[in-house]
Amino acid sequence: MDKTVDSLIDAVAMIPDGATVMIGGFGGSGAPIELIHALIDRFKKTDSPKDLTVINNNSGNGQVGLAAMIREAMVTKLICSFPRSAEPQVFNEAYSAGAIELELVPQGTLAERMRAAGAGIPAFYTPTSFGTELAVGKPTAEFEGKPYVQERWLKADFALIKGELGDPLGNLTYRKVARNFNPVMAMAAHTTIVQVSQLVNAGDIDPEVVITPGIFVNTLVEVRDPQQEEDLMRAKETYPRAVAS
Amino acid sequence: MSVTKLDNESIAWRAAQDIHDGAYVNLGIGIPELCAQFQPEGRKAIFHTENGVLGFGQAPEAGQEDWDLINAGKKAITLEPGAAFFHHADSFAMVRGGHLDVAILGAFQVSEKGDLANWRLGASGVPAVGGAMDLIHGAKRVAIITDHITKDGSPKLVEACTYSLTGVACVNRIYTSLAVIDVTSRGFVLREKLPSISLDELQKLTGAPLQIEDTVVDLFVPELH
Repeated sequence: MDKTVDSLIDAVAMIPDGATVMIGGFGGSGAPIELIHALIDRFKKTDSPKDLTVINNNSGNGQVGLAAMIREAMVTKLICSFPRSAEPQVFNEAYSAGAIELELVPQGTLAERMRAAGAGIPAFYTPTSFGTELAVGKPTAEFEGKPYVQERWLKADFALIKGELGDPLGNLTYRKVARNFNPVMAMAAHTTIVQVSQLVNAGDIDPEVVITPGIFVNTLVEVRDPQQEEDLMRAKETYPRAVAS
Repeated sequence: MSVTKLDNESIAWRAAQDIHDGAYVNLGIGIPELCAQFQPEGRKAIFHTENGVLGFGQAPEAGQEDWDLINAGKKAITLEPGAAFFHHADSFAMVRGGHLDVAILGAFQVSEKGDLANWRLGASGVPAVGGAMDLIHGAKRVAIITDHITKDGSPKLVEACTYSLTGVACVNRIYTSLAVIDVTSRGFVLREKLPSISLDELQKLTGAPLQIEDTVVDLFVPELH
């Protein structure tokens, strides 16, 4: 079995208009910048994919990565917990212009909804958000005398995530806190596409340290020395880079 | 009325005195984070951050940042010996499963029933909730650090919150710029107050009755600067 592809363009080729796409990362750590930029390249050339629903913890930062997708108007809906960042202008402008719909989800509920989807659990109860505006319209129930809110699984057509080591079977490790949402997104999406910083042979990752087993992964592409969103943002980078005139 | 009040560092110092040795603690972004600097000698808490670390330490030196090693505020951190990484669902299982000992957060308003409003001021702007709604139900003890009143002088401790709720009946203790107050089934109970403010003055700056049980202790914070 070999789930690897040779290019970023091949890795994101199958994402259609209107897809629901989970994008890993918490802020810049764990964000699959090269996969996102490959998707933007495809959109600039072919006008597709667009009308995407994106699921991420945040709403992009600066003018790269998810923020660049939003700026290019590829995203019609964002599901996230914290649509704020150091450089939030792109999302703020789209939101205040009514160009993007926002579904706000408490961070723990967001992660648990993904895990539920990955585990085949259609709904669960949590005290989080009980009595608040984020619980409006959701069923509630009492367990052992305490009120809980029913939350539903959160699935996606695709997940774009970032791993550290990956093998052809799709087994993954992560680097430090770049793990964050990536493992639960890999479980929750129908098709999971991963950029790994180093592709190794099957057997080179000790089974004791595999974090995401390959069963949750469909496609891998190697991106050596990946860019870090935080560095790009601090360097005031824009993607795609403006062509000097 | 002009009253001397505690600055943010001093409020954080007072809150830090109640964190026991070995406690698993989540500190909210901003002023609550200052508590980590003021742990009493001989005590060492283990700090949790939502994005997947237990046991992080101080910020690195400038230029030494690793942007795959950040806290929930997206600031660079370092690791203490014995730190652990985990994914987001495990991180919030720690929170929601009742494994954290203490969560300390900021507030716009706290009601005498322990309701908290700390994530949205009015209907304009971009709403952002993050992990606050999870933390206030999951931690064994939920404490608030806040100015006693708003910049325009309105009470932040109120009968009922008027801003969007983060959660109902979730706050245990409030450390303010003037006092330490517990939330009980009887409402706000005053535990400590600055000696420079009278009980009457404090009550006037508080939007719900302050109950007295036993004695009210002088709120004392040493010189920190």
